[in-house]
Amino acid sequence: MDIKVQNLTKKFNNYLAVDNINFTLEKNKTLGLLGPNGCGKTTSIGMMLGLITPTSGKVLIDNQNVDSANHNDLLSKMNFASPYIELPKKLTVKQNLEVYGRLYGVKNVKNRINEISQDLNLNNFLNKNTGELSSGQKNRVSLAKSLINKPDILFLDEPTASLDPDIGDFVREYIETYKSKNKITILLASHNMKEVERLCDTVIMMKEGQIVDRGTCKELVNKHGRNNLEDTFLKIARSKNEMA
Amino acid sequence: MRWHKIYGLSLRHIYLIRNSFPRILDLIYWPSVQVFLWGFISEFFTVNSSYYNNTVGVILTAAILYDFLFRSSISYNMMFLEEIWSRNFTNLFIAPIKISEIIAALTMTAIFRTLIGLVPAVLVAIPLFGVSIFKLGIPLIFLLIALYIFGITLGLLVTAGLLRFGPSFENIAWASLFFLAPLGCIYYPIEILPNLLQIVAKALPLVHIFEEMRNILINQTVNVAQIIKSILISISYFVLGVVVFYVSYYGAKKKGTLINIGE
Repeated sequence: MDIKVQNLTKKFNNYLAVDNINFTLEKNKTLGLLGPNGCGKTTSIGMMLGLITPTSGKVLIDNQNVDSANHNDLLSKMNFASPYIELPKKLTVKQNLEVYGRLYGVKNVKNRINEISQDLNLNNFLNKNTGELSSGQKNRVSLAKSLINKPDILFLDEPTASLDPDIGDFVREYIETYKSKNKITILLASHNMKEVERLCDTVIMMKEGQIVDRGTCKELVNKHGRNNLEDTFLKIARSKNEMA
Repeated sequence: MRWHKIYGLSLRHIYLIRNSFPRILDLIYWPSVQVFLWGFISEFFTVNSSYYNNTVGVILTAAILYDFLFRSSISYNMMFLEEIWSRNFTNLFIAPIKISEIIAALTMTAIFRTLIGLVPAVLVAIPLFGVSIFKLGIPLIFLLIALYIFGITLGLLVTAGLLRFGPSFENIAWASLFFLAPLGCIYYPIEILPNLLQIVAKALPLVHIFEEMRNILINQTVNVAQIIKSILISISYFVLGVVVFYVSYYGAKKKGTLINIGE
């Protein structure tokens, strides 16, 4: 599945959160959505998931408007993971995965839970309450929930935030392997530039609600004359200050 | 509507109750306290009031029915608040589940929560005070249906407020039923109210439900028209509640609150 974002704008009262952005995320590709805090990444993802109504413009998923009548059919082929949203803390990991498996209409939920628990090493805490897990474990459970329906499009918002390097690397490697095996489309919002360089085919840089640059990581680094994506990000993020 | 989705969402709340004994205890505790409190008050009135002296348990029956309404409404609110408290809101609204399925799941699970609390209280009242709500006979089923629909409606209206205005609307959730209680004529006949308030009260199903309850217990007759009226009024409010919920949902989507609502 592909995503086309056309003239997407979101205004909250007088605040312009997303300002007429356009981009296409091709099927089976990974796009990095980068930018400083408050640049409009989460709002953009919210509109792509149909959680926020755009002020103008549209999001097309496989040429169908995400706000259309078959919104639920589209949602059943998508999923989202973010450390900023959580699963019910008083339910065990297994119960949470079962509930979401059923909500997504997964055919054989038990088999799917076993499969994904194996892949993401969840077996040791499958029967533990989700609220009792460490942040690394919660993160893997959140990823498991986002893959429960084998989505065609996966939205990841800072999937390795607050993880130690070992678990962070495990998650990145898992996403990489999963993507190559399952041919899915991924939109990744991240502040970890090494992660973006490793996982993303192309990158979009946002600032103050607008797309200020785009290209492959290599193209952006070369274009801005920096050594790596981190320095390139800093240059773009601070560009207004430098000019002032 | 797809039943497996409704079942999936209901399962989330069933697991929540099943996993926690203190939660079950909490559900049982308050209705039982109500029965004890109103049981003793009821006994006092039975001995000292000429109005009630031939009808043991009118007040206690009213207290139990009111608690049924209260619990069904609070159960509905609580289940919605659980999603906010656990920061699960975004996960829920990006799942391929329709608003109608969410409403159906909450409505069905609320009865489960309500009965966990109320059944022990109802059973305790029989040996302790010699009062059984089953004395209302078959009409009890219809009175409970009217109460449940209205309780759910109040829950729907409060959750619509939570959707639109966020967790700050939570206090209204607790206050909503206390606001309507005086107009519901739960423990006294409608004639007690001033004329103007009587007109307002008649627009609520509660007056018709509790008037009919008293009618059955005191006069030993059944006014079918009154029962039908109470159900129809409850259904009308329910339809209004659903409309308000949808309006709030689309308002929340515009406002962007679905993505970051939480504690």
